[in-house]
Amino acid sequence: MSLDAPGCRISFTLNGTEVSADSPATARLSQVLREKVGAKDVKVGCDAGDCGACTVLLDGAPVCACLTAAGQAEGRRIETQAGLVARDPHGRHLARAFQRHHAAQCGICTPGMMVSAVALLRSGGALTEQVVEDALGGVLCRCTGYRSIIAAVLDTADRPAETEGGVGAVIERIDGWAKVSGAEQFGDDVSPADALTLRVIRSPFHRAAFRFGDLDEFRDAAGLALILTAADVPGENRFGVIPGFEDQPVFASDETRFKGEAVAAVVGRPDLLDAMPDFPVSWSELPSNLAPDLAVAAPLLHADRAGNVMCRGYVARGNAKAALEGAAHVAAGEFSTGFIEHAYIEPEAASACRVGDRIEVQCCTQAPYMNRDGLARILGVSPDAVRIRPTATGGGFGSKLDLTAQPFVALAAWRLGRPVRVTYSRAESIATSTKRHPSQIRMEIGTDAEGRIVGARFDGSFNTGAYASWGPTVASRVPIHASGPYLTPNYEAKSAGIHTHTAPSGAFRGFGVPQSAVAQEQLYDEMAGKLEMDRLEFRYMNSLAAGQPTVTGQVFEQGVGIRACFEALRPHWQRALREVAACNVSSRPHRRCGVGIAGGWYGCGNTSMSNPSTIRAGITADARICLHQGAVDIGQGSNTVIAQIFAEALGVAVGDIVLIGADTDITPDAGKTSASRQTFISGAAAKLCGEALRRQILRLGNVGGGAKIHLRDGVIELSENGASHSVPLPEANAQGYALEAVESYDPPTTPLDQNGQGAPYAVFGSAAQMAELEVDCELGTVRLVRITAAHDVGRAINPALAQGQIEGGVAQGIGLALMEEFLPGRTENLHDYLIPTIGDVPPISSILIEGGDPHGPYGAKGLGEHCLIPTAPAILNAITHACGARIRDLPATPDRLRAAILSLRNGGGL
Amino acid sequence: MLHRPQTLDAALALLSAGDAVILAGGTDIYPALRDRPPPAEMVDLSGITGLRGIGREGDSWRIGAATTWTEILHADLPPLFDGLKLAAREVGSVQIQNAGTVAGNICNASPAADGVPAFLALEAQIEVQGPGGTRCMAVEDFIRGPRMTRLDRSELVTAIYVPDSPGQGAFLKLGARKYLVISIAMVGAVVLAEGDRIAKARVAVGSCSPVACRLRDLETALAGISARDIAKAVSAAPLPELVPIGDVRATSHYRSDAARTLITRTLLQAMEARNVA
Repeated sequence: MSLDAPGCRISFTLNGTEVSADSPATARLSQVLREKVGAKDVKVGCDAGDCGACTVLLDGAPVCACLTAAGQAEGRRIETQAGLVARDPHGRHLARAFQRHHAAQCGICTPGMMVSAVALLRSGGALTEQVVEDALGGVLCRCTGYRSIIAAVLDTADRPAETEGGVGAVIERIDGWAKVSGAEQFGDDVSPADALTLRVIRSPFHRAAFRFGDLDEFRDAAGLALILTAADVPGENRFGVIPGFEDQPVFASDETRFKGEAVAAVVGRPDLLDAMPDFPVSWSELPSNLAPDLAVAAPLLHADRAGNVMCRGYVARGNAKAALEGAAHVAAGEFSTGFIEHAYIEPEAASACRVGDRIEVQCCTQAPYMNRDGLARILGVSPDAVRIRPTATGGGFGSKLDLTAQPFVALAAWRLGRPVRVTYSRAESIATSTKRHPSQIRMEIGTDAEGRIVGARFDGSFNTGAYASWGPTVASRVPIHASGPYLTPNYEAKSAGIHTHTAPSGAFRGFGVPQSAVAQEQLYDEMAGKLEMDRLEFRYMNSLAAGQPTVTGQVFEQGVGIRACFEALRPHWQRALREVAACNVSSRPHRRCGVGIAGGWYGCGNTSMSNPSTIRAGITADARICLHQGAVDIGQGSNTVIAQIFAEALGVAVGDIVLIGADTDITPDAGKTSASRQTFISGAAAKLCGEALRRQILRLGNVGGGAKIHLRDGVIELSENGASHSVPLPEANAQGYALEAVESYDPPTTPLDQNGQGAPYAVFGSAAQMAELEVDCELGTVRLVRITAAHDVGRAINPALAQGQIEGGVAQGIGLALMEEFLPGRTENLHDYLIPTIGDVPPISSILIEGGDPHGPYGAKGLGEHCLIPTAPAILNAITHACGARIRDLPATPDRLRAAILSLRNGGGL
Repeated sequence: MLHRPQTLDAALALLSAGDAVILAGGTDIYPALRDRPPPAEMVDLSGITGLRGIGREGDSWRIGAATTWTEILHADLPPLFDGLKLAAREVGSVQIQNAGTVAGNICNASPAADGVPAFLALEAQIEVQGPGGTRCMAVEDFIRGPRMTRLDRSELVTAIYVPDSPGQGAFLKLGARKYLVISIAMVGAVVLAEGDRIAKARVAVGSCSPVACRLRDLETALAGISARDIAKAVSAAPLPELVPIGDVRATSHYRSDAARTLITRTLLQAMEARNVA
């Protein structure tokens, strides 16, 4: 039998319903399910079986729909997440368990996880962590750290949902049901049915000159609707995120500066794009430079940046040189880390429609207002003419702050007057998205005879790639943070962002601080060794306390939490030291146990720059409370946290709130989801907004501040001293609100002087983590046993969400320490670029320390980035503790660790 | 176009007729496309019942070419196959094991194919059918080099035959993470023991040479030695068959070094499993 004969349709059962699709039978089943029969709950993350997001049950067995020919499903039974939750008790119970355990963060891996888990639950076998890991090992998650997913699968007994509670309450994610039921819509899921498809033509070389053939002729011959090049950009053909550093073209015009850079885009029907002959462009490869240390002598990437130095950062306090010369003990070393890929499971996707003289773009994003303003410059229109409608974002971690796919579809839809969509392939996503900056760091620390830090010097070079992106932020943040959360009276830290012919490095959870912590925290261990001090106690003794100046001279009288973090770890540390000692006496000689510790800190919000958030809320005439919440939730939980804060401030139940947004037409600017700022800054704005609305209501009802607000049958009822009455609401305004409040919050900071002295952040959060592990000395492999993470969060608005951030950050720290390194042109897929799987993340114990903060809403601080900063150095320190070898050049892959162990032995060290 | 023949003859006729690409589990074909559309014409073998399943035929076990790794894992097989079952567990993920087939793994001829070292240690024979009839050859003859086999465009692998023999199978895979990982090195072995001594061993290593290979000199050296001397024997062996490359997963030096450790451990695994049984 042959499928694909004219008029032949592929028929199968989808979630119990007979369906048929008109499609080539060789097409990937994932594509047919999504595009032909509307099963958008089947996600596509890699098209290579590497991520498992597209997992469906085919006659009951989990398979990757991206590796299945559509024709192979003929006559068979397919089940997907949405169908399983709707029709199968296992699926329903599992969805509730995922909600209870916060097992879905961004939600893009959730369909694959749940479908795989249903197959396991149906098998009826005994459930253990190991069994769950084996069943779910084929699905990658970049947000959760997997532990909550394991917990959910092991706990599917039906229990009532926790949906109500203000600040401090563990409530379920209020936007979570869509994620666990298959209804969530991500970037590609919302593409209009009549949209044309866009594909980008990209440079195959790290650096190249190029010439186009006859594009008009090609377009007509191939039946395309449009070809776009630099010549078609009506506004400025450049974008960027830092004022003064907008240096990246939408389409390269003179030469390409990294492999994968866009030179043109083609727009048309997908079948014609598939059949399209080679695009008429001729390339001439030019000499390129991928190494920052050769950048001084390399061709300039940007004519105005001498030596290919993008910018530098500097912080100095006291006299570091003299302090180190006079130090009783000095530890120094050189450290390096590579490019780290964000590896969110949802590749970049966007679609655009022209609506009159405005352009509307739907996309996964972390920064709708920045996207709006950037697109307006490119299109040469006012920002009012651009509307950004963020979809659910399937992971971001910093890279979805920048414009990626949006300009292409916006330009095309603007020109054609009809909808245009694009979704990046995995290879395209990895090749072109921003990365964590590779670092080369030299650092030196000195103590007095008692072990008190007297000074530190730091010099870090960061490969910022071809374009600036968030490189300037990394250059400025690193010197402020490179001391770690320790009192360092004499300090000098330099940083430089260096251009090379690679994909731009940008924002990635921590903005360079995880890299500097790898150097600083390993040196702290070496120093403790020289001093023969306990590694925790050495850190504790040097930890910043309230009233002591940071390296920028900032003094906090409250909210300095690092000591509390180490205190919280102390009993665990002492237990682990005992266990390690016992294990290394008794067990097999080639397996050595170790425990490591590291601290970290991170300033919440932009560095010495205004970065306000605005939150708006209104009450309709029929007493519905609408919260215009523009702080984009990319999985971290801002929709829930902001609502909890707002509800607490207003004095109503979370369930009374209607959440609106994010959308640049209807939600005010709550800034970007970045810099661990949303809980702190947007949360503070939400608190002000809730309080303002509360004041209006109480004034209207003429009651005191302690009155209670109830919403009943379309009216607001106020009760005070046992009496209650309803409040007549005024007529609605043009926006439909009887009462409305708009409030902003901008954290107080001051500019830094030429020595980097000043108050760059209103709030620092701090953290300390401990890693327990086992090293197989013969193979150089590491088995993580446990991570214990103590975090000073000020106040946990929702402890389950805080724990979720910690576990996800730890998982990314594990990747940074042990396996991740992007090599341009070589690891552009998810089987050569490795991120941790469900079997690589050990149990994580989170300890939330709620020391409060004078600025944050209800004392809350940011957390998103803090949680990955100590993880890698804690692991590296544990490796050294276990086997003596120290890994200074990351990642600590088996070959590198084995080589380090061997060189230690050859040197007589073991 | 996707052909879905129900019989072997129909499949062979389709292959002889044109340029159709063979499709079974799809776990190699589709990833290799990267961003390109699928081949214009494919012949799907997954509907041919005769190509699936495991059974005894005379002195051999016959494994149908399109048998999936999950089917291997769940099959009732003697300890000889324990290494193959361990390899089956290590193929990608449950999703890949449910779709990927044993012959697909062999025909893809990746130096890192998870199934190949185990089949080498089992001295498996590949049955190939084509317009010219049926021929049979050893796995190591069938795979000519990286991504190269002796399969003609018009031929199909129809079965894998494993001669029955006493012995304990074992397998170890080393990768940089737990699941979904391409190996840095792996070892398949079958050990026939007498008391605490190896009477006979077959050892094969993957990911350390252009094609996974048997270590026949080592096998000779192992005969008659006791479990506690295995490590010494392995470290003393020259192992000229191993000529690993360095790539994104590991350096060549590391592969050579780690392979010896894995060989020792795989042999010990077999010896211990035998004691447990």
